[in-house]
Amino acid sequence: MAPFDFTGGPVNGSPNGCPVRVRDLELSFGDSPLLRRLDLDIAAGEFVALLGRSGSGKTTLLRVLAGLERRGSGTVEVPAASAVVFQEARLLPWKRVWENVALGLRDGARERAHAALGEVELLHRAGAWPLTLSGGEAQRAGLARALVREPRLLLLDEPFASIDALTRLKMHELVLALWESHRPSVLLVTHDVDEALGLADRAVVIDGGRIAAEIPIDAPRPRDPSSPSYVLRRRELLAQLGVLVPNHADSPSTFARSAA
Amino acid sequence: MDESAIPARPRAFRFDGISVDPKVVRRFISPLAILLLWQLGSMYHVIPATKLAAPTTILATFWSLSASGELPRDLSVSLGRVLVGLLAGVCAGAVLALVAGLSRTGDDSVDPVMQGLRTLPYLGMSPLLILWFGIGEFPKLALVAFASAFPVYLTLLGGIRAVDPKLIEAAQAFGLDRWETIRAVILPGALAPALVGLRYALGAAWLSLVVGEQINADRGIGYLIMDARDFLRTDVIVVGLLVYALLGLATDAIVRLVERRALEWRPSILREAR
Repeated sequence: MAPFDFTGGPVNGSPNGCPVRVRDLELSFGDSPLLRRLDLDIAAGEFVALLGRSGSGKTTLLRVLAGLERRGSGTVEVPAASAVVFQEARLLPWKRVWENVALGLRDGARERAHAALGEVELLHRAGAWPLTLSGGEAQRAGLARALVREPRLLLLDEPFASIDALTRLKMHELVLALWESHRPSVLLVTHDVDEALGLADRAVVIDGGRIAAEIPIDAPRPRDPSSPSYVLRRRELLAQLGVLVPNHADSPSTFARSAA
Repeated sequence: MDESAIPARPRAFRFDGISVDPKVVRRFISPLAILLLWQLGSMYHVIPATKLAAPTTILATFWSLSASGELPRDLSVSLGRVLVGLLAGVCAGAVLALVAGLSRTGDDSVDPVMQGLRTLPYLGMSPLLILWFGIGEFPKLALVAFASAFPVYLTLLGGIRAVDPKLIEAAQAFGLDRWETIRAVILPGALAPALVGLRYALGAAWLSLVVGEQINADRGIGYLIMDARDFLRTDVIVVGLLVYALLGLATDAIVRLVERRALEWRPSILREAR
């Protein structure tokens, strides 16, 4: 398979004005296809949630956009300034928190790292060793490490999956606040329907390596999970993910609803 | 406090207000008893001085050898040999581990040779080393270097291979090039096992020095021991052995000190510091 045409992307966006433009992306591992003729656009400043079952290809797509996956064919355009927040924070345990944030920065690294840590409210832990951080703190450090690069595309790979429910709610607020002040395009990979409905402008469902559904979410934030439109979209999304919800379970107060 | 509430616990021994845990005291009883029996055996000629000198004699000899300057001179010679040999061996082991650990070609060419050489009983190589390098300083250093290279090679290579690939990938995602990744991720990640290897290397270095210094040496602790054998001076032999043991302990303690400083970030050390 020929390597795909991976470009750093034009600074002012591709012809249709979207900083992220994916066309005909195909990628397989051995004989099993992971991504099949996949197209995706993300507009400047748009917050997109990518949902899918395990093995649907959602993480593979994120890895392609992050430049960590170079096999496959098709066209991929992403901004040169893009940054990833991984599922486990992946902090280097032998570097202090601020040094992790400053990883790979050239000039003014210390000041910029501290400023970014301030933005995620982790300045008091700047000199700490990563293994002493709580799960939520580690993810905030991961977020700071991405933010400090002033990304035009922020890739979030299930960053809240291993955090307890209450901390996750706070992280959602933090991510929204940061997105609103910096306005990068965001691709959030998640398996949590409520996370997608609470945060994103658009939910994209991937299944079997191709886009199965796109659901725009235009409600103003913060969003009320008990509003009829929320409940409707939630049901639609779950159906796309292969979960059929009986009527009485639609209310977000039941146990079927995940923590977000 | 009502003492009857804790009946089973014996009271601590007290000397001038310093209390000693009875458990610690118990552990000293048997070694002291052996030492006492040894001393008595020597005094009543059950243990002949030509086989093993009395503890008090050994202590006195240690003192006189130190005072005469003989022991300090031989000690510095031995220490110098270990340091030079160890430095050469550790550098060689580390460089080879980096070559094997960081490139496939390096792995394919270096590792089979190292694994093969590792199986050689290096202490048995001294006759060959004498034939190659004569009976001067060099074969002694070569033996020490040879012995200490392998522990460092094996542990550093193992450490490099065990570095979490997810951390390497993260470093690449944040724009680190290959050299920066090696410096920021791979080497620090492999440091902990490499330091354990350094401690093994120290043990092997001292052991091979004991053997090496018995090859026609005219200085060093090994020479002191061999010379004493000719005069049936068992007290000097034991002093030499004890000095080897103390040097081994001291150098090991230094590496552990380095370990605590360099691996400050590890959970076990963080817990102790708290």
